[in-house]
Amino acid sequence: MHAIWIITKRELASFFDSLIAYIMLVLFLGFSGFFTWLYGSNIFFSGQASLESFFNVAYWTLFFFIPALTMRSLAEEKKTGTIELLLTKAVTDRQLVLGKFLSTLLLVAIALLFTLPYVITVSCLGNLDSGQVICGYAGLILMCAAYIGIGVYASSLTANQIVAFLAALFIGLFFHIIFGVLAAGFTGTTGAVFSFLSLSDHFQSMSRGILDSRDVLYFLSLTFTGLFLAEFSLTKRNF
Amino acid sequence: MNIRIDNLSKWYATQAAVDQISFEVKTGEILGFLGPNGAGKSTTMKMITGYLGIGDGDIFIDDRSVRQFADSLKRHIGYLPENNPLYLDMAVMDYLRFSAELQGVARPMADGRVREMIRLCGLNAEKHKNIGELSKGYRQRVGLAQAMIHDPEILILDEPTTGLDPNQIVDIRKLIRELGKAKTVILSTHILPEVEATCDRILIINKGQIVANGTAETLSQQARGQEVLKARIEDGDPGSIAAALRGLPSVILVVPAEASRFEIQGVLNGSAKREIFHLCASKGWVLTELIPVETRLEDIFRNLTLN
Repeated sequence: MHAIWIITKRELASFFDSLIAYIMLVLFLGFSGFFTWLYGSNIFFSGQASLESFFNVAYWTLFFFIPALTMRSLAEEKKTGTIELLLTKAVTDRQLVLGKFLSTLLLVAIALLFTLPYVITVSCLGNLDSGQVICGYAGLILMCAAYIGIGVYASSLTANQIVAFLAALFIGLFFHIIFGVLAAGFTGTTGAVFSFLSLSDHFQSMSRGILDSRDVLYFLSLTFTGLFLAEFSLTKRNF
Repeated sequence: MNIRIDNLSKWYATQAAVDQISFEVKTGEILGFLGPNGAGKSTTMKMITGYLGIGDGDIFIDDRSVRQFADSLKRHIGYLPENNPLYLDMAVMDYLRFSAELQGVARPMADGRVREMIRLCGLNAEKHKNIGELSKGYRQRVGLAQAMIHDPEILILDEPTTGLDPNQIVDIRKLIRELGKAKTVILSTHILPEVEATCDRILIINKGQIVANGTAETLSQQARGQEVLKARIEDGDPGSIAAALRGLPSVILVVPAEASRFEIQGVLNGSAKREIFHLCASKGWVLTELIPVETRLEDIFRNLTLN
């Protein structure tokens, strides 16, 4: 447990040292702020004090940002060989994967923390449903966890960061849109399976303030599958 | 801690990287691991450190199997990988502290260990610099420092002196020798004088198999098997001297050279020195030189690995 935290701390420090964290924060807040407050079907169009439009914007921006954050996690360690140094210290493969996962999740959580002024502003404009807001943020965090899991897995497959980025985006695209599109095209069991796999359906219900254990379970199982596969692909060197 | 390697094998696809090797290293011993590129040195070392899974056979560290206890044994091993990978964006101090924490050095001790390593490896002037700003020699020192940060009983060093200048090489060798008194050290290298200077025992592997195992002296003897002497015998006719030498029971071959010099090859496991002396004394010849010819490690290495 201790080793995970040491790795998490180092990763977070390296995010901030290498400016990645600042660029990510500025771009994320810039994009989501622009589309939430200024452009398109922004927050003022809905006619009620709700953050739903922000959640929908964040749903897309985070989808693109997370692979950019996770792409280097294991790929860079593999490329430079530092993974060998880590894993010959008192660190297991699982602790390394979890450390990488946790550091990215913390960075995303920090980014989301900076959107709290949105909540305060909107709550000043009208009667904001606090349950919906909490549920929406929980949905975003869970979605991020799932994509970070996928991203860390993609990063474990290769020593090339670009490949890791594209692979994460490619896998993520299935959950983000393709399964949803397929679900609409099929009926019966096939349709139900695709609809269950589609991340957007689960996210939409959470961002509307509906807390369903099935949605939470969906995100958590996606996260754990990603992390498990990442660990598995690291242990493959042993065979 | 003693390391015992028992019929260790490792296959990459259909190619054996390490093929049923067995050897032992005891506490206080420095083992030089020699072999051409791709002989299986690094693979063996990676298996000892627990980074690579063991193919066949097993490795025992103080009778505990690496197969079963790799995770708990890692604390007792310090490892410097080949090419010395490091986090280039970290400051030397931060990196060493990070390594100490990961190796489970208790927090009150960690700072002391970091300072100790910085002193020992001569990194004082560079301790606040980012590792990326350091020259190769200093990076190598950082690599050594991180390997020794938790005062491990076992040190596995994969080519520890590559990229160092001659002064640094001497320093690092001295350091390894000092450390080796109380620890178990395995170091791999291509530089043959290095093993002669630092190692107690030499292990040469080729194509995944051990081809020689012993001290530098025993290896040169094994390689030749026979004593070779260079003698200079004056005040006599070279032809009759050569004939008389050939007549000695302990001499097999005499090759005369210029200026009354002779190269004399003795019988297996015997010495002709005394007989040569007595022969010269009885004939009234003057023996001005008698030099045993040592087989250089380079020759042994080439003989054993070039086939």
